[in-house]
Amino acid sequence: MAEKLLEVNQVKKYFTIQSGFLQRTIGFNKAVDNVSFYINRGETFGIVGESGCGKSTTGKMITRLYEPTEGQILFEGNDISHLSQKELRKFRREIQMVFQDPYASLNPRKRIGILLEEPYKIHNIYSEKERRGKVEELLEIVGLNADHYDRYPHEFSGGQRQRIGIARALTLRPKLIVADEPVSALDVSIQSQILNLMKKLQKDFHLTYIFISHDLSVVKHISDRIGVMYLGKMVEIAEKKDLYQDPLHPYTQSLLSAVPVPNPKVKKERIILQGDVPSAVNPPKGCVFHTRCPKVMAQCKQEVPTLQEYKPKHYVACHLYS
Amino acid sequence: MSNEQIIINTQAGTLNKKKKETMIKITWRRFVRNRLAVIGLITLSVITLAAIFAPTLATYDPTEQELLNKLAAPSSEHFLGTDDLGRDIYSRLLYGARVSLMVGFVSVSFAVIIGMIYGAVAGYYGGIIDNIMMRFVDVVIAFPLLFLLITVVTILKPSVFNIIAVLALLSWTGTARLVRGQFLSLKEREFTDAVRVIGASDFRIIFLHLLPNALAPVIVAATLGMGGMILTESGLSFLGLGVQPPTASWGNMLQGAQNFTVMLTAWWYPFFPGLMILITVLSLNFVGDGLRDALDPRLKD
Repeated sequence: MAEKLLEVNQVKKYFTIQSGFLQRTIGFNKAVDNVSFYINRGETFGIVGESGCGKSTTGKMITRLYEPTEGQILFEGNDISHLSQKELRKFRREIQMVFQDPYASLNPRKRIGILLEEPYKIHNIYSEKERRGKVEELLEIVGLNADHYDRYPHEFSGGQRQRIGIARALTLRPKLIVADEPVSALDVSIQSQILNLMKKLQKDFHLTYIFISHDLSVVKHISDRIGVMYLGKMVEIAEKKDLYQDPLHPYTQSLLSAVPVPNPKVKKERIILQGDVPSAVNPPKGCVFHTRCPKVMAQCKQEVPTLQEYKPKHYVACHLYS
Repeated sequence: MSNEQIIINTQAGTLNKKKKETMIKITWRRFVRNRLAVIGLITLSVITLAAIFAPTLATYDPTEQELLNKLAAPSSEHFLGTDDLGRDIYSRLLYGARVSLMVGFVSVSFAVIIGMIYGAVAGYYGGIIDNIMMRFVDVVIAFPLLFLLITVVTILKPSVFNIIAVLALLSWTGTARLVRGQFLSLKEREFTDAVRVIGASDFRIIFLHLLPNALAPVIVAATLGMGGMILTESGLSFLGLGVQPPTASWGNMLQGAQNFTVMLTAWWYPFFPGLMILITVLSLNFVGDGLRDALDPRLKD
């Protein structure tokens, strides 16, 4: 029954570093380097990693805010990685995005109603009279009030603003929503409200989510499968249970060991990594993690490990398992 | 009416009040707190109204000469005296306000429109386009404005239209730089990505979403710039290269008063046009400062 909705094949995003009057390219920032994964219809796929690992860039390539440098992104079997402007516009209805900072993602000069009607205007859906009703309906679906139609963003709290952001993502009835750290700017008490709202909407609207976060407990709460990224690479992909109980990649192991446990009697062994994350402009040869890996071998410094299925549905990119 | 209904109605009432609290109202409330700005605004309104209703307010035809009554001191007949050709200074000031204000307003409007579009495109697209466009701005800025004005006006014959055109074509660069800077930061904000994701075109993003957010500093710069435009026009007219007599402008009225003996014997002739220029430019600056504070999003109350 697991039908693939989205497939990402060896996608790369290199940002060019330019300088001088003629904007000559003097280097590349390998934000995302050869990442592959797939997402089944109706599931929530979590992407975790520390800041700068390329998880947001991956999300923005899927929503086509960025054009991939190389590789393919297949949505329902169609390659969307190099669509023309016109095709892109049509495609925008299928994939929507929820943004990280609810204070920055709403245009401060537009009333909420105008903001939410805009997608209908752009795509010419519903008559002008119908639109207001549809928007008011949406506001109530996300737990706001139809009266909020005429208000400005600055009149709302962070949690309410994020609800508006979610409502906007729903206007076009997309199949896939990329949520880029949707709760990391919110208070913990509000976080769970928003997460529960997202779960409810997923059922009601048959949505598929890509949930990007650096917060392991949040990702654990909402995801079905999780991908772990490090320095532009996907290092491990597994079902949620499998990943949390039996992490394979040394990086995942160290990440999970850092999650605080609410029980003070449980003694956990922390795996503390040495050094900093290397720069994506000049990543290490071989396995990108070898400079910090506690289990590093000679092979790691030479060969790039590929993502392989070690156990059923559990993929890992590490020489320890090949 | 039952109690519940009353509660609902009062809730609706407070909501309505909230609704009316728009950005403009908030800005207005902050603006009014600045006393100098309010004085400036009132003065400007008076001058503007006087210019509009010049034909009714004027006591004489501004070009009518009374050669027998030249350089007459202020009196009940001629409120502000007469000039060296016996023309009524009060009436000429009213008509001169029309020219000076129009030159200032129209040239600033054109400059702002050109500068906004130019800066918006450069800032939004960035990269090589931005680089080339902004180097061109540097070139324009490097022109010595006054000398170019004098040259162009000498070649093209001085007229109000030519002066407006030259002023506008040379002073859009400030706005362009300002808007470009705003756009560089605005386009990185998340709401830009948010409208892009719903499928908005570049045109829509630039003009309907980013530009309204870049408007506040432009309005301030335009207000302050208008004072400069009026001064430049007066300067040109003073040099005889601006608005040509007999059409009155504050600048060319000053030119008529250049004569040393006139200045000593008939102080009212150079004094009043000079005062009008001073008051107008000062008022514009006060209003500009007031707007800058009122539109500053950091000063929230």
